[in-house]
Amino acid sequence: MSPSGDLALQERDLIIYSVVLMLLIIVPVMVLIVLFAWRYRASNKDAHYDPDWDHSTMLELLIWAAPLLIIIALGALTWVSTHKLDPFRPLDRIAEGRPVPADMKPLEVDVVALDWKWLFIYPEQGIATVNDLAAPVDRPIQFKITASTVMNSFFIPALAGQIYAMPNMETQLQAVINKPGNFEGFSANYSGDGFSGMKFVFHALSNDGFAQWIAQAKASGHALNREEYMKLVAPSSNEPVHRYGTVDATLYQAILTNCVQPDSMSCMPPMKPADAGAMQTGSDANGMAVAPMSHSQ
Amino acid sequence: MLAHPDLTKLIFGRLTIDQLPLHEPIVVGTFIVVALGAIALLGAVTYFRLWGYLWREWFTSIDHKKIGVMYIILALVMLLRGFSDAIMMRAQQAISFGHNTGYLPPFHYDQIFTAHGVIMIFFVAMPFVNGLMNFVMPLQIGARDVAFPFLNNFSLWMTISGAVLVMISLFVGEFARTGWLAYPPLSDIVSSPDAGVDYYIWALQIAGVGTLLSGVNLLTTIIKMRAPGMTLMRMPIFTWTALCTNVLIVAAFPVLTAALALLALDRYAGTNFFTTMLGGNAMMYVNLIWIWGHPEVYILVLPAFGVFSEVTATFCRKRLFGYASMVYATVVITVLSYLVWLHHFFTMGSGASVNSFFGITTMIISIPTGAKIFNWLFTMYRGRIHFELPMMWTVAFMITFVIGGMTGVMLAIPPADFTLHNSLFLIAHFHNVIIGGVLFGMFAGVNYWFPKAFGFRLDPFWGKCAFWFWVVGFYFAFMPLYVLGFMGVTRRLSHFDNPDLQKWFVIAAFGAFLILLGILSMLMQFYVSFRDREKLRDVTGDPWDARTLEWSTSSPPPKYNFAFTPLIHDNDAWWQMKQHRYQRPLQGFQPIHMPKNTGAGMIMAGFATVFGFAMIWYMWPLAIVSFVALLATAIGHTFNYDRDYYIPSDDVARVEAARTELLASHV
Repeated sequence: MSPSGDLALQERDLIIYSVVLMLLIIVPVMVLIVLFAWRYRASNKDAHYDPDWDHSTMLELLIWAAPLLIIIALGALTWVSTHKLDPFRPLDRIAEGRPVPADMKPLEVDVVALDWKWLFIYPEQGIATVNDLAAPVDRPIQFKITASTVMNSFFIPALAGQIYAMPNMETQLQAVINKPGNFEGFSANYSGDGFSGMKFVFHALSNDGFAQWIAQAKASGHALNREEYMKLVAPSSNEPVHRYGTVDATLYQAILTNCVQPDSMSCMPPMKPADAGAMQTGSDANGMAVAPMSHSQ
Repeated sequence: MLAHPDLTKLIFGRLTIDQLPLHEPIVVGTFIVVALGAIALLGAVTYFRLWGYLWREWFTSIDHKKIGVMYIILALVMLLRGFSDAIMMRAQQAISFGHNTGYLPPFHYDQIFTAHGVIMIFFVAMPFVNGLMNFVMPLQIGARDVAFPFLNNFSLWMTISGAVLVMISLFVGEFARTGWLAYPPLSDIVSSPDAGVDYYIWALQIAGVGTLLSGVNLLTTIIKMRAPGMTLMRMPIFTWTALCTNVLIVAAFPVLTAALALLALDRYAGTNFFTTMLGGNAMMYVNLIWIWGHPEVYILVLPAFGVFSEVTATFCRKRLFGYASMVYATVVITVLSYLVWLHHFFTMGSGASVNSFFGITTMIISIPTGAKIFNWLFTMYRGRIHFELPMMWTVAFMITFVIGGMTGVMLAIPPADFTLHNSLFLIAHFHNVIIGGVLFGMFAGVNYWFPKAFGFRLDPFWGKCAFWFWVVGFYFAFMPLYVLGFMGVTRRLSHFDNPDLQKWFVIAAFGAFLILLGILSMLMQFYVSFRDREKLRDVTGDPWDARTLEWSTSSPPPKYNFAFTPLIHDNDAWWQMKQHRYQRPLQGFQPIHMPKNTGAGMIMAGFATVFGFAMIWYMWPLAIVSFVALLATAIGHTFNYDRDYYIPSDDVARVEAARTELLASHV
């Protein structure tokens, strides 16, 4: 609950509003429980005793109406905030009162949850890292998220809420970080033996700092091609940071469609462009997790 | 020589000597303690020559009262196992910081949190609820037994069979390391090739047969066997909640069975329902399991609400406020519980509209639940509240449960759930409602109906110790988890880096220790009550001046429950009878038609256990033999025509005369 990103901040505020709204009814109820329990204890002979009083239309209307009113208010809040904070929805603001400039393109990061580490591919910059993530402050980020084998959940609490990472499917998170710093990121969905060590640091950097971070990866000289990926996929725990200066541009799509080894039985046939287009709009309009194979039949 | 290993493999499947955890000192130690305990218990039973008694009076009994008691004994035994898992987890998380990796490697830790969840839900909460419904409901509706008495015995033993398989996994092989719902792909044969998930599948499938049949049985009983005059709107609230719970069981458990069957096919037959290849999709499993899983929550909590309704009216010496709205609230919850399952995975990427829909339906459930809380509250208003143990548990429940309700609604707001999902906040929330709701309700129920079952009350001193240790322990154990959840700490971690978190885990571990004292106090309460049973004797059959029909018979009730089927004029039937100075009939007794005990249920469940074990270890010949034996026993039992008898009217008269004498001695 110490947000540094606009989404996380709005989610925190939402939690606070909802708690306050509910306390309007919870607090009186708790007070009444204690009060009635004390006042009508058997030893208190002064209290009025009315053993057959079991109905009051007014009171019953009230006890159904009071929670109903709170829930109507909360329901409205839920509908609006769920649409506004939908992780698939492209951002329209960087922070309160600061709309996204028209010419600013989001930074794309392709995220793959492996057993038990995180692979981050930066298609624009042509680099990749393992267990180390960075982004410039105040620039929208578009995470495209999938997994190699089992289900994980991609979560950087300071940045935004979590979203599942699932094999053969792509989820998205559109977020922005507003304060520089190093924040913890991890998997929030149990995924087996090495789950506890499936952590990374998220660096929120200035533009210069981000350029340096990219340059550092480029300077590493390692290349992430398909053979290298097949080695990386082998399960391992508490994996140190890796950096790759170059990355196979088709790798992420290949992971998503199970085609890193094109001859593997589970490789899905490549998608027709028309289908891919339909899929893209589908995911924007409905925000549904995309399962490529369901469109390719 | 070549044929030899093949034969071994045919007989023992993949079970080898390596599967016995002989190299694990903790497990071997546990095994020795359990084995010594079992030998002592079996020895004592043999020494006191109790085998015949146990077989005749309990194991083969088709009396709903004894079956109810046996369910609750199963729940208490499994509570000890489930709690051992809990305290091991709390200890691990309290020490596993920085360089210290704790005493449990992930291999064990992951099995422990999986077993804890499975055991607490399926083999503690479910048998507790089933036990209370079995014991209380037929008495409340003036019936002599349930609709299908033999089926009831079979259901019990199938549930026990599932529990036995889970216990065997502790010492032979391993249990699942997947979390209590075993999501694929983690639970598929590639990611979990060992026997753990198979133990999980077969334990739940076998116990699930018992639960489903029991649901059919109790549902039929309530619909068909109510005493004359007891219209639906005159049923006691506990019976109403039992009705709704059994509707939920009958509608929801087949979904669990289907989901697990598909998972089993993926694992055994190489199908691809939930795999990541050839069109399989794990999201289907997640949906299916929660279409069962969310109603399951209400299956557990509705009967607890029923207990609180009975207890509040009884101990406030006042009619329940808003009976009709209580009934409607229960029915509304029953229906709505099928419309909320997606809130368990808002983070799976459904669209905003889908997420909002399920978020809002979830919140709507809080309206009838809130109405219930108000109904109990206004039952207390202008009452004369006697703070006996059941009422103490009820007040503790009301205060604790509204907190759990509030955190539940927070989780129902999708964007809030994005930050709180899978965190310790979620853990705190569902323990808040399951301990604070279900378990407190079961404890209230056990203290309330114990005298009815055994003829003496439970000792209040040790009961109060248990109460305070449990309630205070609960707050110490779970409030820190809410805090940790807000800090973004996720569930199921066996190790932490941030040393600032440790103090909260230490507080939580202290809470678990207090709960341990609560459990020990409870065991002490049973022992002391049994020792002082003459002092605590209930001769009237109505120790609490209660309101519903079960209190009109003796404690414990005779085998036939009621010598004459009562006529019902009011929803507080017994209270109304007392108001009208009801006189027990003292003559004119008729012979009573009763079902006869049978060992078939236990034998069939025994074969089912062997079958499950054989399937888990790929012992195909044994699996075939045991399954055929199971079917043969079932078919054979249908040819058993000697399944009922009459209690002669003289015997009824004798039993009733003894009760008359007892009542007279009291006044």
